[in-house]
Parts: sequence; C-alpha cells; structure tokens
Amino acid sequence: MMLGKLDWSAIPFDEPIPLVAAAIVLVGLLGVLGWVTSKRYWPYLWHEWITSVDHKRIGIMYIMLALLMLIRGFVDAIMMRTQQSMAVGGAQGYLNPDHYDQIFSAHGTIMIFFGAMPFVIGLMNFVLPLQLGVRDVAFPTLNSVSFWLTAAGALLVNVSLVIGEFARTGWLPYAPLSETTYSPGVGVDYYLWAIQISGVGTLMSGINLVTTILKMRAPGMSYLRMPMFCWTSLGSNMLIVAAFPILTATLAMLTLDRYMGFHFFTNEAGGNMMMFVNLIWAWGHPEVYILILPAFGIFSEVFSTFSGKPLFGYRSMVAATLFIVVVSFLVWLHHFFTMGAGADVNAAFGIATSVIAVGTGVKIYNWLFTMYGGRVRFPTPMLWSLAFMITFVIGGMTGVLLAVPPADFMLHNSMFLVAHFHNVIIGGVVFGAFAGYTFWFPKAFGFQLDEKWGHIAFWPSLIGFVLTFGALYVVGLDGMTRRLQHIEVDEWVPWLHVALVGVGFMMLGVAAQVVQLVVSIRDRERLKDVTGDPWDGRSLEWSTSSPPPFFNFAVLPQVHGEEAYWGIKQRAIEEQRLGPEPEYEAIEMPRNSPTGIITAFFATLIGFALIWHIWWLAAVGFIGAYATFVVFAWREEEEFDVPAEEVARVDRARRAARQSWLAERGETPA
Amino acid sequence: MSSSPAHPAELSASHNPRDPYALGRGHGGHGAAATGHGEGGPASKRVIVSYGFWIYLLSDIVMFSAFFAAYAVLAGETAGGPRGRDIFGLGRVAIETMLLLLSSFTCGLGSIAAEKKDMRATQLWLLVTGLLGFAFLVIEVQEFAELIEQGAGPQRSAFLSSFFALVGLHGLHVGVGLLWLGTMMAQIAVKGFKPNIRRRLLCFNLFWHALDIIWVGVFSIVYLLGSGL
Repeated sequence: MMLGKLDWSAIPFDEPIPLVAAAIVLVGLLGVLGWVTSKRYWPYLWHEWITSVDHKRIGIMYIMLALLMLIRGFVDAIMMRTQQSMAVGGAQGYLNPDHYDQIFSAHGTIMIFFGAMPFVIGLMNFVLPLQLGVRDVAFPTLNSVSFWLTAAGALLVNVSLVIGEFARTGWLPYAPLSETTYSPGVGVDYYLWAIQISGVGTLMSGINLVTTILKMRAPGMSYLRMPMFCWTSLGSNMLIVAAFPILTATLAMLTLDRYMGFHFFTNEAGGNMMMFVNLIWAWGHPEVYILILPAFGIFSEVFSTFSGKPLFGYRSMVAATLFIVVVSFLVWLHHFFTMGAGADVNAAFGIATSVIAVGTGVKIYNWLFTMYGGRVRFPTPMLWSLAFMITFVIGGMTGVLLAVPPADFMLHNSMFLVAHFHNVIIGGVVFGAFAGYTFWFPKAFGFQLDEKWGHIAFWPSLIGFVLTFGALYVVGLDGMTRRLQHIEVDEWVPWLHVALVGVGFMMLGVAAQVVQLVVSIRDRERLKDVTGDPWDGRSLEWSTSSPPPFFNFAVLPQVHGEEAYWGIKQRAIEEQRLGPEPEYEAIEMPRNSPTGIITAFFATLIGFALIWHIWWLAAVGFIGAYATFVVFAWREEEEFDVPAEEVARVDRARRAARQSWLAERGETPA
Repeated sequence: MSSSPAHPAELSASHNPRDPYALGRGHGGHGAAATGHGEGGPASKRVIVSYGFWIYLLSDIVMFSAFFAAYAVLAGETAGGPRGRDIFGLGRVAIETMLLLLSSFTCGLGSIAAEKKDMRATQLWLLVTGLLGFAFLVIEVQEFAELIEQGAGPQRSAFLSSFFALVGLHGLHVGVGLLWLGTMMAQIAVKGFKPNIRRRLLCFNLFWHALDIIWVGVFSIVYLLGSGL
C-alpha cells in the first residue's frame, strides 16, 4: 500500500466545524501566499528571513509563530467555554464528546508547545546576544534549524485538523489511554511526532543558548555583571537541556509501545502506566519553570527600567533563580499525589513544592523594593508587569494550597486546578511575554508600539482573565471536574456564564492587540525610535541602534560594571559627549543558509509518513535529511566579511543620533 | 589575525586579549582568544564548539538515564517469560565491551594523528575505529535476532521491552556514529585538516568516548546485574 493508512476517510467530511475552520485557514494562507507572490516579495523573504541565521530575525519569526499559535489555541478556548455554557441539562451543545476531547487536547498542546515556548525562546533569541554584547548566538545555523523544526511541529498539529484527527488524551497523553488499545487512531501519533520534532528543535535551542551565555560575552562581562534576563534565561535553558531529553525518551517509549508492540506502559505483560506519569512530569514540572523563568527575567528588566533604579537584590535574585532551577526537579510527584505513593513520599514532595515558592517570594519582594523609592513610569510593559505581580501571587498561593496532599486529594483533577495553572501561566508567562513584546518591540523594528492601544489591550485582557479564572476557581471548589463536555449540575451554570463573559473580554483584548500592531505600523514615523534607547534603558541592547545592524555592535562593548549601558550613558551625559570614536575593523558574520528550512521540510515529511505508516516516504525523508546535513557540512565558506568602512558608516549614523540626543538633553537638563 | 580566520567576535575582542589560563591558545590555529569567563570576551570557536557539544552529550546522557530508569523499574516484570539470567551471555558481552573500548583507543590514536596532520595514520585509525564499531554492532544485532527467534523479543514482556530499547538506543547511537565517521573520513580525504573539520573530529571523539561511558553503564546494570536476576 503506497499511502499506508491514509485514504479519503481521513478527511472528516461529515464534521462541518473542522472543515470550515480549515477552509478559513487555507483561504488565509493562499491569500498571504498570493499577496507575497504578486508583490514579488519571495526573494526578499527567502534571503532576509527564511534562510537568515541572524538571531534577531529568528527570534522575531519565533514570536510570529507564537502569536499565530496563541490565537489558534485561543479559538479552542472559546469553543470550550461556549460548549460548557451551552451543554447544560438536556442540551448537548455543538461539540460531540469525541470532538470536544480533541479540542482540549489541542488547546493545551498548542498553547504550551507552540504558543508559550516559541514566545519565550523567541524573546531569548532576540535579546540575549544583544544584552551580552555579542554578535550572534554560539551556533547560528543550528538556531535556524531549531526554529524551523518548531514550525514543522506546529504545522503537523494543524494538519491534524483536516487530515485524520488529533489526540483525545489531553495535552499529556497519559498511558494506557494513549496506547493503541484505547487510542487506535492517528491522533496520538500526530501528537507524538509533532512534539518529538519540535522537541529536538527546543533541545538544540537550549544547548545553543547555554553555550552562548556561558562562552560568549562581551569583554568584562563577568557572571555577576550579566543582566537578570540573561541569568533567568540561563536557568531556563539549563532546564531545557536537563529536562527535554526526558520528554524525548518518554515519548519514544510510548511510540515503541504503539508502533512495535513494546510494553512500557501497557496494562499487559508487566507494563507500568504510572511510570509514564512519573517520567512525563519529571520533564513537565521543570517545563513550567522553563516557561516562567524567562518571564521573571523580563519583569526584572521592566521593573528596574521603569523605576529608574538598579534591580534590588541582584545577587539574591540570581540565587533565587538557581534555587528554582534545582528544586524544580524535586517536585514532580505533586502532579499525582493520588497515585498512592504513601504519606511519607507525598509529604516530602508537598514540602518541596511549598519550599519552591520561597524562591519566587524572594523575587516578588525584590521587585517591590525595586519600585520602592523609584520614579515609576507606567507604559504598557509596566502594566503587564504589575498585573503579573498581583495575579501571580494569587496563583502561587493556590499552588501552595494544592501542594498540601490532603487538600490535593479533594482538588485533584478539578476546575480549581485548571484555574490555578491558567492563573500562573497566563498571569506569569503570557503577561511576561506581552511585557517583553512591548518592551523590546522598538528595539526589533525601530518604532514603538502605540501606547494608547497598548492600554486599551491591557485592561480588557486583565478583566477577562480575572473573570474567567476567578469563576473557574469557584466551580472547582464546588466540585466541578475538568474536561467536561456536558454539565449536569445547575449550580455551576451561572459561574460558567461568568467565565464566558470573561472570555468575551479577553477577545476584546486580543482584538486590541491586533489593532495596536496595525496602528503602530501605520504610524511608524510618529512612533520612530531615533536614539535606540526609547525607555531610558540600562543594559547593552539599548546601546545599539533600533533596529540594530545585523552585526549588533560595530565594536564589542567593554563592560566595566553591572548595568553596562547605564554607566556608559551616565558618563556621556556628564561629559556631554560620547566616548571617542573607536577604530573600526572588518567583521566576519555567518552566511545565510537554507539548511534550517530544508531540514524542517524533511522532518515534516518524516513525521507525516510515520503518522500514516507510509514507510517509503519516511525513508525518503531520512535520506533527504542526511543529504542536507552532508551538503551543509561540505560548504566552503561559513562566513563573509563586512568591510571596516561599512561598519564605520553604520556606526557613525548611530553616533550622530546619540550626539543630537545628548545635545537636546543638555539644553533641557532633566 | 594573520594566519587563519577567527570567530567574528574575536576581531574586536582582540583589543583586550586576556586569557589567564591560556585555554584559547595554541589549539586549532585560532590565535589569541579568551576563555569566555567574562574578562576577555567571547571564547574561541574551538572552545565554543566543543563546549556546546559537551552540553549536548550531557543532554544525551539524561535521555539514556530515562531509559535506564525505565529498565530499573521494569527489570523484574518478566510476565512469566525469560529472565535476565536465562538470556544474557556474558561471553558475548565481554567481546562487545572489548571491541568498543578498543575502538575508543584507536579513536584517540586517530585524533593524535590528526593533531600531527598525518593523513594516512588518521584515516587508518579512524577506519579501524569504524570497523571495531561495526563489529560491535553486528554482534549486537546477532544477539537481538537470536532473542527474537527464541520468542524473547521486546513484545514478550515489559522487561524485554526496556532491555531492547535501552541496548538498542545505545546501538542506534553507535550506528549514527559510524555514519558520521564515514562522512567525516570522506571529508578529511577531500578537504584535508581544515579547522572546522578538526573541530568536528574533536566532537566525534567526545561522542565516541561518551558512548563508552554509557556502555559501561549498560554492561554493569543490564548484563552483570541482570545475569544474577
């Protein structure tokens, strides 16, 4: 059979919702492709973006993928909330159980793996080399491969919308439900290969960024002179390196069970289903810190910048970050206190879980003291950060509640739990990502995001978030379990309607974010960031122009203390002049390479072929990937020269802008 | 920067060439470069590449540790099928171990030869390394085939599932290593000892030795302990 298990029955002709959704996506996709073609943008896109190995471009592409996927996952959320408000008593709503299960599984999978992860990895990619004062990450081409593999995973998940089905197992495919006995379709296989492919990308990102932070810093930037975002990113990437291989291994075991009849997690022949839960959470709990640590770094930068003060308790912040890194590996069992490990084991993990909150508590106080006595400004990034501080403390406290095993026995698998992790992930990671997005947007594109629309986007998002998950906390305490396709208790219904109203507010917030982007692009001249330092920043990314030249820095900055750029800037203001013009030299930069997208093409082919058991196509994919690797390894020239004159020209323009800014500032002393 | 191309970052970092431990000097023709400890700016490319590869190896070892953990959990779950002592032949494992450790030795000899830019010796030792690795793989496949023939395949019990997966994963690494080795030998033959190829050779050495370390774990935990079970 040429096409394995694939035939026309894979396309759900009898279900209008996925088909209509897919048609809309397809029309949108064709529209964009047609527009790109008619404008003749392909050469530009190919040379400047698709094959780019520039960490800034790759970071931006990561974030674009994340924004797209956040919207995709949000659509799933809207469907779940409407279904639960409609399917009460005799009414069945519009989603049958089979479809509903796919939707909550896809929602979690997409939001974590293709929304939150690319967002934080994109921000780290964009910001880290700039903050460290270097020209790129350690392995630029590998970086491109990482991004495109993540995109390939996202593509596979979305293909499952039309061809076949997605998993019905939740965002973590617990065995034995995910074994072939109970999930014979291709849904779990889509999950497995999409996550494996993007997981390889994430792992390589982690290796790349750890190496970048530890081995590539501007002269003079010792560990304790790194900005806090670099520290938390280091923590996050170390966790990626240590935790993602466990995910790879666990999913590989499940794959062996499903494809070759192994017995890792089956009911029969001695398989151990609880081992799946243990292994997946040994990755899964560090994963939540992989997401939140970069957000902590963003908040640190934002609080310090907009309070006009250095970060309070820098060293305790470093210690707290590393504490979290270590302890995050010692708490995984709290995800399944009800397993029956016994009181002693549960108590140990309960205590460890409560203890990890201490590290976060240290951070909260540091941020408060950073603002204390400062001249605090309230642009959009600061609003998200303040909202984070309040909501995250609530989410953290419900987490500590859940960390108490007896309480967890009551709340396990309830909507209270759902409300808790949305509280910390939206209030922490998503708010952090939006703070970072508005904070570094001018650096990336050379113009700021419109502040008015930023505020308009912020408030309904916050209100909607509080309404939705506040209501879900209440129904959770009232005993509502998670993942219900149909509601049979009338007392829950008013709260579910409150949650639905909350989602409505969040839709307004999302719409306002889109409007903000459109308005800002339209008014980019008015919003132009001339100096490269729109927020009165403190770290090195603000010392270069906006957008930075592709080589970031004409001359690597010399770092003489903490807050490298702040010191340079204060000296310049005091002396009313910039430092002496440096001696410009030619720079070598890595060449663009299509390796990333070609590898991802073959990876998608391999994934799709394995999902549908089209073995010959999988073999073709492997051979293609190997050939790509060899061609890449064989390339003659890895780098090209930027002549000294070009470097000088770019940097003199930057210095001129700074000089006129200094002059203006001199006339009206602050 | 007279002799060879340096990492882009080094060009300006060389304003301030401080390398207190001389770690970036004298290897791979990269001239003065820093350690990356923060004082002297970005490290040399050789340091960056091998450091990154070390991090990868650590992550690979974490992946193996998950398979070791699964084996530890499932080792007793024989479901009425054969146990470790029924199927493990220590003689064969001893030969496998010999082959693999020897191949690490020859791999090291290859890297010494490469350091001297001795093409013939390098290719010879790498070839011997590859052949030893291949022989190891043949014996392993033979073992697997025999077990499956006896009805002791991975589908028989959870114990055998975890055994096949763990040992097979190591074998898969050896196989991928052989593919890498072959590709690299062709590259050395065509292009000679260019700095980037020598960096890859360094990484291959690290990889091959790491597989030995993992094999020591497989040997002791699976075969030695297992033949007592």
